[in-house]
Amino acid sequence: METAGNYAIQARGLTKQFGSLRAVSSLDLDVPRGQIYGFLGPNGSGKSTTIRMLCGLLVPTEGTAEVLGTTVPGDSHSLKAKIGYMTQKFSLFSDMTVLENLQFIAEIYSYPSAERKTRIANLLDRYDLNDQAKQLAGTMSGGQKQRLALACSVLHHPELLLLDEPTSAVDPQSRRDFWANLFRLAEGGTTIMVSTHYMDEAERCHRLAILDRGVKVADGTPQRLQASTGMHVVEVTASDPYAAQAALDGVDAIASVTQLGVRLRVLIPDDVDNPVGLVKRALDAAGVSAEAGASEASLEDVFVAVTMQNPDHVA
Amino acid sequence: MKSLSRLLAIVKKEVRQLRRDRLTFGMVVGLPIIQILLFGYAINTDVRNLRTAIANEADTHLSREFIADLGQTQVVDIVASVSRPAELEALLREGAISIGVHIPPDFDRRTVDASRAAVHLLVDGSDPTILGVANQLRSMPLGFDTMRAAANDVGNIEVRAYYNPERRTPVNIVPGLMGVILTMTMMLFTAVAIVRERERGNLELLINTPVSSAELMIGKVIPYIVIGLLQLALILVVGRLLFDVPVRGSIVDLYLAAALFIAANLSLGLFISTAVSTQFQAMQMTVFILLPSILLSGFMFPFDGMPRFAQYLGEILPNTHFIRLTRGIMLREAPLGELLPDVIYLAGFTVVAMTAAAMRFTKRLD
Repeated sequence: METAGNYAIQARGLTKQFGSLRAVSSLDLDVPRGQIYGFLGPNGSGKSTTIRMLCGLLVPTEGTAEVLGTTVPGDSHSLKAKIGYMTQKFSLFSDMTVLENLQFIAEIYSYPSAERKTRIANLLDRYDLNDQAKQLAGTMSGGQKQRLALACSVLHHPELLLLDEPTSAVDPQSRRDFWANLFRLAEGGTTIMVSTHYMDEAERCHRLAILDRGVKVADGTPQRLQASTGMHVVEVTASDPYAAQAALDGVDAIASVTQLGVRLRVLIPDDVDNPVGLVKRALDAAGVSAEAGASEASLEDVFVAVTMQNPDHVA
Repeated sequence: MKSLSRLLAIVKKEVRQLRRDRLTFGMVVGLPIIQILLFGYAINTDVRNLRTAIANEADTHLSREFIADLGQTQVVDIVASVSRPAELEALLREGAISIGVHIPPDFDRRTVDASRAAVHLLVDGSDPTILGVANQLRSMPLGFDTMRAAANDVGNIEVRAYYNPERRTPVNIVPGLMGVILTMTMMLFTAVAIVRERERGNLELLINTPVSSAELMIGKVIPYIVIGLLQLALILVVGRLLFDVPVRGSIVDLYLAAALFIAANLSLGLFISTAVSTQFQAMQMTVFILLPSILLSGFMFPFDGMPRFAQYLGEILPNTHFIRLTRGIMLREAPLGELLPDVIYLAGFTVVAMTAAAMRFTKRLD
């Protein structure tokens, strides 16, 4: 397959309907090989459903995908050996030890028995689980469970790793370590698709797609997404952010106001001239003392801007 | 080859988890022992030692002899003697006795007068079993020794009991109990097996590995077949030691029949597991099938005595056929070949249930 040379995943028109709910709607995806591809969206935006369709757990209502040269839906069985999948909920066996879990995964993937021991020892080292080797998986901390889950999902050297919100249950330090591990895997040639609702994680991805209510509202590199929001961003610093927000909410030209502590991020469409002046005039008119200045779009601004433009969006 | 190693991986995992699951492990051993003790000792359809009080108003030689005879039957246990029949009624009402025996003052004369009852039995009729026993007591001979001999000549019906001449309930109960215990444990283990992994989230991991549905199903069933056969051995040993229940037929036949029956129950359990979505539902379904397996299988009540409709229902249950097999092999020394219809039914049931389970179980979430 030609596309398989460049892309690990190519999806066209992927749709999943659960009863009256359209969980994923006409999704097109192109995930280049060897990259970390982020899937950003709030809960219920269709991230898990998409990942499950890509690995054959769910049959799409419409559309197909080419995953590592295999067409989905179709012979997803031959795909299993080539992909690693880390479920959102911890899915290893809580009543078995770390070592037993790894051994089980090695056996179920028919890892060559002569190399099993070495491979498991390497993984215990790499994912810092040596002290827990004899511990029951269910008694470990969130971060340790997550490292075990990652170790198990990469044990058989998959070409493609699908991670469904892998960091939702761990502390910030564990998240940083986890991402360091992902970069190391990507350098080794593994394609990684990771869903998240954390902006800072999305920023680390090589490319990302933003999902909102089952619809892909944007995709590209984080830099390009930030450059092409179609919005000016004005940052307002006010001693009374509530008053400032109230003053700005009524202004027609202002698309959205988001509060971040004492700062407000104000999005104003590109075609409006002098956005900073507009904001200042509105604040002055309301008698609110605040500073306003132009700012670069962050990924959060991108997210707000694109989900606002989604026709399905209910304000 | 890869398939076999995956199958073994599942078996190994199941055994490991089972070893750590104290409750289940306890159930494997504890349940059969507790059940066999409960059923063996408590269920006694051969009624003995019913508490009885006597109001002997005659107090003659003949009436005292009658009371002594009554005591020797062991059916009654004379716990009190009162003077008036009204006191018997009071004791009966209090629940202190099950039977009251009233011997009127003119007892001796009444024994030779067929038109008048010589003895009044006051019976707690709320339990039909006790009433039945009282009716049996009616056939007790009354009167002087000379007359007793004459009475015996008339209408004397001798009952000869085959296979269980001592008429001990455990001999009949234990072979049936094997079926009940195996139904309960085997079906419950597998009914919970898959749905538990679904609840814990393990299933999503498993179905994303190269393991096939068949490998997963068979791998889950194998450890329980072994457990089922161990339970069978346990029941046989306890039945032998405590209740002297014999295995008159071939032990190999018995194990073959049991293996077939275990397979039928495990398949049914797997089917339940694919049809329900929580462990609680799985348990409810198990009880739903377990109850008729106890009541309609011929375990509790004689199958032929049940209403026609109940018999039809009973015929569907694997336990009905297994009980016929075990009673046949253990008590009547019947070879498996003579019990072929039941063997065929169990085999057919297994195939149908297993196929249904495999068809329902897909390596997908929708």
